[in-house]
Amino acid sequence: MYSYDHYDQAMVDARVEEFRDQARRRLEGKLTEDQFKPLRLMNGLYLQLHAYMLRVAIPYGTLNSRQMHALGDIADKYDRGYGHFTTRQNLQYNWIKLEDAADILADLAKVEMHAIQTSGNCIRNISSDHFAGAAADELVDPRPYAELMRQWSSFHPEFTYLPRKFKIAVIAAEKDRAAMRLHDIGIQIVQNEAGELGARFYVGGGMGRTPMIAPMIRNFVPLDQLITYAEACLRVYNRYGRRDNKYKARIKILVHELGKDEYTRQVEEEFAHLLSQGIEPPLAELERIRTHFADPAFEDGTKQVDRSDPDFAVWVDRNTHRHKHDSYVSAVISLKPVGGIPGDATGEQIRIMARLAKQYSFDELRIMHTQNVVLPHVKIADLHALWTELETAGLGAPNMDTIEDMIACPGLDYCALANARSIPLAQRISERFDASDKTARLGELKMKISGCINACGHHHAGHIGILGVDKKGTENYQLSLGGSEAEDTSLAKITGPGFTEDGVIEAVDKVTDVYLEQRQGEERFLDTYRRIGMEPFKEALYGA
Amino acid sequence: MIILTGNDLKTGAVTWWNGADWSLYVDDAVDVGEQAEEILAREEALRRVNVPYSIQATREDDGKVRPAHIKDRIRALGPTVRPDLTLKPQSPEAIDWVI
Amino acid sequence: MGHDLGTSPDDVQFRFRDDEVVDHGTVTVDACCDQTNATAVRIEPGDDARVLLPYLDRIALVEVNFPSFGDGRGYSAARILREAGYTGELRAVGDVLIDQLSHMRRCGFDAFAPDKRLDEEDAARAFATWDNVYQRTVDGRRTIQELRHE
Ligand code: HEM
Ligand code: SF4
Repeated sequence: MYSYDHYDQAMVDARVEEFRDQARRRLEGKLTEDQFKPLRLMNGLYLQLHAYMLRVAIPYGTLNSRQMHALGDIADKYDRGYGHFTTRQNLQYNWIKLEDAADILADLAKVEMHAIQTSGNCIRNISSDHFAGAAADELVDPRPYAELMRQWSSFHPEFTYLPRKFKIAVIAAEKDRAAMRLHDIGIQIVQNEAGELGARFYVGGGMGRTPMIAPMIRNFVPLDQLITYAEACLRVYNRYGRRDNKYKARIKILVHELGKDEYTRQVEEEFAHLLSQGIEPPLAELERIRTHFADPAFEDGTKQVDRSDPDFAVWVDRNTHRHKHDSYVSAVISLKPVGGIPGDATGEQIRIMARLAKQYSFDELRIMHTQNVVLPHVKIADLHALWTELETAGLGAPNMDTIEDMIACPGLDYCALANARSIPLAQRISERFDASDKTARLGELKMKISGCINACGHHHAGHIGILGVDKKGTENYQLSLGGSEAEDTSLAKITGPGFTEDGVIEAVDKVTDVYLEQRQGEERFLDTYRRIGMEPFKEALYGA
Repeated sequence: MIILTGNDLKTGAVTWWNGADWSLYVDDAVDVGEQAEEILAREEALRRVNVPYSIQATREDDGKVRPAHIKDRIRALGPTVRPDLTLKPQSPEAIDWVI
Repeated sequence: MGHDLGTSPDDVQFRFRDDEVVDHGTVTVDACCDQTNATAVRIEPGDDARVLLPYLDRIALVEVNFPSFGDGRGYSAARILREAGYTGELRAVGDVLIDQLSHMRRCGFDAFAPDKRLDEEDAARAFATWDNVYQRTVDGRRTIQELRHE
């Protein structure tokens, strides 16, 4: 994976010192909160309900065991012994003191990490396929392109005060595991008929208040024009994105209001102009980055899993993913124990995962947008030993892509913007479904919960989505069905009037019953919903 | 009653105005009545507390203070999903007060 | 033309040019296009900098106004002018703060007239923030990617 050279390190070190100075000026009273806020936000430091929160960037979700270990140590040293993995493939600490923030950033810099551009109206951390570089079905490893874009987007002088935040995802497989079309820019690396690689651009997706699926605006951008094309997309947005209304400021609104064709025309015009400016990094740089992502030294070994232990077999079926080398798999470590808090891991667990990565996965880990962790390259021969260790550490839940593997944002337990709590719902639903054994019967069912309309929990993209709303000062929940953030992207539709906390759990039970009654063959919940539509579900929920 | 709350500048901890200083305990909060704006402006300028604001609350019969909105009750206690990290780690039933 | 629009030379706190400072006021973009003798123009965030391109030969000063630091349209305006070959003074005015200086400089601004005068030392540090840079812009600096492959 990528490692910094002295240039990259110097950029990050400079930022730590700059922030140390800013924090000092704030603590000494030289800066007001109004002046300090944009500065701390640019370093990922938010003020949440109970304390400051620090969001650490994990570029395209990839990290090594040394970095992971450091994240565990920071949780113990500066926080209350845990961290929260997010849908943005990042990590958040919930109990940070302003006095410590610069020291934490310095600790992060020592392991080539930072919190730069994890907030603010700038280009955020670039996300990618969590199985990148390992998946059997990918065209190429998308991460070199993501890394090229990370460098380009870091401290970009023109695009640091955009109308709104800006999120980019890069994938290179037909299967979309990164919700690519729900990003401001989604890029798919593809091959043209001549066999050359290029980038397909989707622009204007997003969740939040007005969810939209990004339309494709360019089928093929040659790789030696990738940055130039992205720059053109951003410049049109920076100049014409709405700044009069925060809720209409995302690029999705611009693309929607101009229309895809007009936006595309403007981008192409800007692109033609920028090509003449020679802003593209040399192709040799992409080659250099690629060498960092070369395959580790895979060895041939057992290709068959010993399934004699039934618990282990279930875990293998659910939590492993096909690897491009047939003696390996990618193993998913679930951070969704029954009744647990989705995405939370203790400092000790984080260090255990770091050690297991070193031992079993060529030193590499990935953070999934579903708030789990991946060991990308595990020898099939080692799987049972790995699983045994995970079980002991409370990290062996066999529930990937089941209803228990739900995404839940922090909600009103932590988040200052929340309308309702999300985590207790997640806990209760997983307990209930696990106890009744319904989880297994339901199979793949992607459930996603957000505590407010900002949609950090991706509820629009859940097969079943739950949105917390405020109903005269009490928590209330809207249920929606039919969303997907995979390659068959769709947005969920609201079933009808909202529910209380108990009510919405009953409602989830009811809609899953409808599915179990109506499903045909191998249909997933989503497939059945798409076939039979909303009506049968509505009827079960609200009566005839 | 109207009470004042904010987050401590250095630690980010939730604090409540007790008439002279900022306390970690909501039950120490005092009714500031008409003086809310004046105290907020003064305290903001002193920069001990971050973005302080005023909220509605009631004083219960037992003298305890109950903020009107659930968000501020969660702030007063801590995350309901981690009783061990709240201000009352010994009494998990304290969560019921929030809801 | 009076001083009804724009900043006066006295307001310019930092200037990275040796030529004479233009000592008359600026006109709006519309006016600049209409008046064949206008040499100084002021761009507001909503203006399209490209309409000025035919007239760059006669323009000696472009002021780009930042009514609030969070409105970043002026960065694009500045780069567009420089990319088109504009060599006159490009002055950032308005809510120009310490933490924006290095980015503005990279987008082609060579004069700064902040609403509130900035601390000289903080500003000097800010202008020198980046030993090296990742993006190629109009400041002509060689990028890290280029330096890596020399
Ligand atoms: C607790 C602190 C957090 C705050 C203050 C926060 C704030 C926000 C806000 C204001 C938005 C709306 C953006 C918009 O529509 O323009 C948003 C969207 C989002 N946030 Fe968060 N968030 C927080 C935590 C998280 C966490 C924990 C995750 C992951 C689990 C996350 C991932 C996202 C995603 C994926 C979106 C949707 C992006 C889109 O609109 O395309 N955030 N967040
Ligand atoms: S969806 Fe709302 S409640 Fe949940 S983390 Fe995002 S901003 Fe907070």
